[in-house]
Amino acid sequence: MNEMTLEVSGLTVCYPTEKGAIFPVKDVSLKVPAGSIVGIVGESGCGKSMTARAVMGLLRSPGKVTAGKVFLCGREITALPEKERRKLRGNEMSMIFQEPMTSLNPVMKVGKQVEEAIRLHTDCSREEAKRRTLELFREVEIPEAETRLSCYPHQLSGGLRQRVMIAMAMVCRPRLLIADEPTTALDVTVEAQILKLLEHLRDAGTSVLMISHNLGVIARVCDEVYVMYAGRVVEQASTERLFEQPLHPYSRGLFRSVRSLREGCETLETIPGVVPNLLRLPQGCSFSLRCPECGEKCEKTMPELLETEPGHAVRCFRAEGGEE
Amino acid sequence: MSGYLLEARNVTKLFPAAGKKKVHAVSDVSLQIREGETLGLVGESGCGKSTLGRLLIRLLAPTSGEVRFRGENITALKDSDFRRIRKEMQLVFQDPYASLDPRMTVRDLVAEPIETWRLCGSREEVTDRVRELLRAVNVPEEFLYRYPHQFSGGQRQRIGIARAIAADPSFIVCDEPVSALDVSVQNQILNLLRDLKTSRKLTYLFISHDLSVVRYLADRVCIMFLGKICEIGDTEEIYTRPRHPYTRFLLDAVPVPDPSVRGKEIRLLKGEPPSPADPPTGCRFRTRCPRATEKCAASEPELRYIGGVQAACYYAEEGPA
Repeated sequence: MNEMTLEVSGLTVCYPTEKGAIFPVKDVSLKVPAGSIVGIVGESGCGKSMTARAVMGLLRSPGKVTAGKVFLCGREITALPEKERRKLRGNEMSMIFQEPMTSLNPVMKVGKQVEEAIRLHTDCSREEAKRRTLELFREVEIPEAETRLSCYPHQLSGGLRQRVMIAMAMVCRPRLLIADEPTTALDVTVEAQILKLLEHLRDAGTSVLMISHNLGVIARVCDEVYVMYAGRVVEQASTERLFEQPLHPYSRGLFRSVRSLREGCETLETIPGVVPNLLRLPQGCSFSLRCPECGEKCEKTMPELLETEPGHAVRCFRAEGGEE
Repeated sequence: MSGYLLEARNVTKLFPAAGKKKVHAVSDVSLQIREGETLGLVGESGCGKSTLGRLLIRLLAPTSGEVRFRGENITALKDSDFRRIRKEMQLVFQDPYASLDPRMTVRDLVAEPIETWRLCGSREEVTDRVRELLRAVNVPEEFLYRYPHQFSGGQRQRIGIARAIAADPSFIVCDEPVSALDVSVQNQILNLLRDLKTSRKLTYLFISHDLSVVRYLADRVCIMFLGKICEIGDTEEIYTRPRHPYTRFLLDAVPVPDPSVRGKEIRLLKGEPPSPADPPTGCRFRTRCPRATEKCAASEPELRYIGGVQAACYYAEEGPA
């Protein structure tokens, strides 16, 4: 009944390094149903951005997808030749990044940059492209859209630059928009505006895969959440369910680390230690080194990602009730 | 003696900009910091909070106004006379990747301030003192001869903090010290800063755009908008009962990690922030304020006491607009 805009199964990304191969993404499966916003949450190096890049087909060399499949609206795209992949980008799927300044050409007016994208993807005339650009600027709620067309990126605030990026990403009304930390570089009042905008786009028919380290952002817009740690999905559930009852010790640690605005406290909760080096992952569960509940089995074997109930899956022996 | 550790009196900082314009980074700011307290300085990018932090410790000279440290006007001091006070004031930076010299070992990095101020005699004494400092910030001593790139972001920030406390200062400006770090590591650093404050009797100016960070650490909080103080006072009081409309928007905008509040419509700020090179007449927030009237355009509201906190708004008594 629910059509899937994106389906990823068993995705693995490998990077050869001087000290051996690392797997920044390992056996990741996820689904983005049509008309929804799905979140991936985790700390730096957990593989969330790398997953997004692999889905887009934008992995930096020498990184490679070594296993797994990606389906966009039911069509398998991992096996497509680069030329075909390229056609998908911008048309069917597009991506926005954390720092819009690095994605925009600093010596070209922003209006022209969006026009260029339109002309690249459609065969409309220059005039038509100009008109469409203005429309798009208005749609992403750029105030005084007409005058902004002839601004250079440095003349715009961070929030406006991100809106220009979103306008560019929306040129062909893609089925999927991947937003990689789209509000991390922005102020909170601007962040709230951009999140609202993403919801409007979702309502207009573009599904969103949202990558963030901020649980507040996830809670505000996502319907479904995947928690990643050291390249793997460690927990997956609906947003309501996950926030109500996180099961993985890492997810629980993340939730406990959230600082309250409403009340002060004596000492903040922390997760001891640091994210492990992907070259030196422990033999068993990747989180075992930092886990307060680590048992013998956890040190030796990597737990599977298993459903504890329909729609809620977790990669932990404890949650399965197997190890006490 | 004024009784304050640090005091800013009508401090203004203008930066020259293109076309003979002036950017009003900090405009006529007065505030006091008591010994042993933490003052949180909050605002969005470009509001002048970092500039104000640098003005307070004389890394920048104000265009007008003065800064007093233990009652002494440090703005008027000659550089040579200021040196003895410099030691009392330190800064912890945002980016632990950029603020440590990549070619120096941890030992040398932390020893630098000790040697600069000639706090120890022999080389051995310096190294001992470095070990002691590393213990204080929870960096294992065996890392003494490692280089910054061998550490994680959190550990680098610990080393940055060790440098800041090395000369035994009394006042530290922390400028976004955790915003470059992962969430789970942020709290470790915040706890450390809080512990050090007690054990070393420090006074902090804590600059952050993250309201939850300030909530945890600050006794009092100062909210800035476009170079001006909107509201200043007890943290608890301001977070529970914000007086200034901008403070309300700011607190409302923070995404709460609770999906159940999602249906609640968030009030969004309209339009774009005004330019600091060409601030609006009257109240600087008025172009975005739902409550603004002609009065707000005609004259600028002064900071005034409203039940224990100070706010610069004509309508601060009237509750949310």
